[in-house]
Amino acid sequence: MNFEFTEEQIMIRDAARDFAQRDLITDVIERDTNAEYPTKHIQTLSELGFMGMMVDPKYDGGGMDTVSYILAMEEISKIDASVSVIMSVNNSLVCYGLGKYGTEEQKQKYLPDLATGRKIGAYLLSEPEAGSDATMQRTTAEDKGDYYLLNGTKNWITSANAGSIYLVIAQTHPEKKHHGINAFIVEKETPGISLGPHEDKMGMRSSDTHSVMFTDVKVPKENRIGEDGFGFKFAMKALEAGRIGIAAQALGLASGALERSIQYSKERKAFGTEIANHQAIAFKIADMAVKVENARNLCLKAAWLKDNGKSFSLVGSMAKQYCADIAMEVTTEAVQIHGGYGYVKEYHVERLMREAKLTQIYEGTSEIQKIVISRALLRD
Amino acid sequence: MKILICISNVPDTTTKIRFVDNNAKFDTNGVQWIINPWDELALTRALELKEASGGAIEKISIISVGGTGAEPTMRKALAIGADDAIRVNAEATDAYFVAFQIAEAVKEENYDLIIAGIESSDYNGSAVGGMLAEFLGIPSVSSVSKIEMADGGISLVREIDGGSEVIGTQLPFVAIIQKGITLEPRIPNMRGIMMARKKPLKVVEPTAAEMLTEFVDYDLPPAKAACKMVDPENMKELVNLLHTEAKVI
Repeated sequence: MNFEFTEEQIMIRDAARDFAQRDLITDVIERDTNAEYPTKHIQTLSELGFMGMMVDPKYDGGGMDTVSYILAMEEISKIDASVSVIMSVNNSLVCYGLGKYGTEEQKQKYLPDLATGRKIGAYLLSEPEAGSDATMQRTTAEDKGDYYLLNGTKNWITSANAGSIYLVIAQTHPEKKHHGINAFIVEKETPGISLGPHEDKMGMRSSDTHSVMFTDVKVPKENRIGEDGFGFKFAMKALEAGRIGIAAQALGLASGALERSIQYSKERKAFGTEIANHQAIAFKIADMAVKVENARNLCLKAAWLKDNGKSFSLVGSMAKQYCADIAMEVTTEAVQIHGGYGYVKEYHVERLMREAKLTQIYEGTSEIQKIVISRALLRD
Repeated sequence: MKILICISNVPDTTTKIRFVDNNAKFDTNGVQWIINPWDELALTRALELKEASGGAIEKISIISVGGTGAEPTMRKALAIGADDAIRVNAEATDAYFVAFQIAEAVKEENYDLIIAGIESSDYNGSAVGGMLAEFLGIPSVSSVSKIEMADGGISLVREIDGGSEVIGTQLPFVAIIQKGITLEPRIPNMRGIMMARKKPLKVVEPTAAEMLTEFVDYDLPPAKAACKMVDPENMKELVNLLHTEAKVI
């Protein structure tokens, strides 16, 4: 067993850290307050190669492994989870899904733009009445011979406005239930697509989230991913990979909150000494650190399984559920350690706490992860 | 044109400094190593010049005197964009020794421009650049804060007391640069990181040379006194404290 990172993995982690601490930190509070999209940061992230870091270099990707991706996600999420969710959706849902299940023509046409960040990808699965129960797709994709006709509404879409390549899940054969679902590559400029208003969210406010409406949108036949009826499986397989990214995001929120708490508790004084010298605070820090370490190990194990071609679904779900839940706990404790300062924006931890909440909800709630985990253990 | 950047492998600036062997040796245990910040800026500026040169600058090499532990730092410089690297396999402790080793390793290579940071963030000796130029028998310009390509040569701005000098030079020479030579160091991108392992990193053995200095004893600066906060409204107390406690007024 080897817990050492390679030289490349360390370089990637450091590059992500340098970028986050040099660039993202400068306006993260302001962008959160104003719900402003991080346009220039996504451009830098693209130039550095992080938007398609695991994509095969023959499609202009970085060719890096999932362990490197985890390290980069953690560092960026410590500072700014709005930026890391844009990166995560592009990398582990859109690029991964296309790279693994797209045809050669689809990959050649779309992956280079996505991997270099010239275009941003979005993943459209959730609907007003289909969240955790993704089988209940109301968006339809009617087979019209040489094209599909899309109608319906998608909800909570990350990068709906900034993105221009959509992966859309829709029902073609309702009688076949989830076996009738298809996945499509849809260019946002296609006539018939309109966006709902910008969602005014509790956290991750710098990432743009909208609903997307499809009204008689024609999608060429060649833009379907996989065989007819493969869409639900595609959606679930993409989410399996996506979970590792969100797990690493939650890990970053927790480890960022821990780092800030350690620093603050060594500086802040109460009752004549630094609060780190009070056991009530010191033990909180110890508990937070154990959770962060466990979370990191789970994330890295899931990534290692994926990199080595082994099944990562179970550990990926464990990582997603555990990291998200401890991110909520650790960021809440971080606010408590910071006291009144923790409740104001200047000290960052209140934002980390707001952002952590979403990691328990999106890309499969913690409860859905427990269904995946328990089924895997109990159904054999 | 060929450019050489001298790279020092130094402890991260946030490292907790400790000493061993009766305070005669720096304890490298658990230390994170980085490219000396001045050298990282020098490399970034050289890359900017190369990219704008339309092919006139063919190659940027880096050189470092250090053990195998210096290689990750050197590989990072390759990831940032240097084309190749030379490591002189010896510990770098004495400025004369380091400058001599660099000169020996590159004297046949005919670099047109050699850039060294004005100091390294560990020992801050500020000596290698000038000594290197002397060993190679070429001019050097110190405290360079701007470096631009000019017709057939290079134009430099050098900081002097109360102003600056613009200097034109003939190649080859050694530029000893200050911070400010460029805005910020470049972060390596994925492609650079992927290419770094494939770029040549040549290891050469040191030439026998004596060290002119040795470290006898290190002393840590006294711990900083606790900071006392005074209410901005309470100027009287501030003056009183400065007078009676700090005894500076």
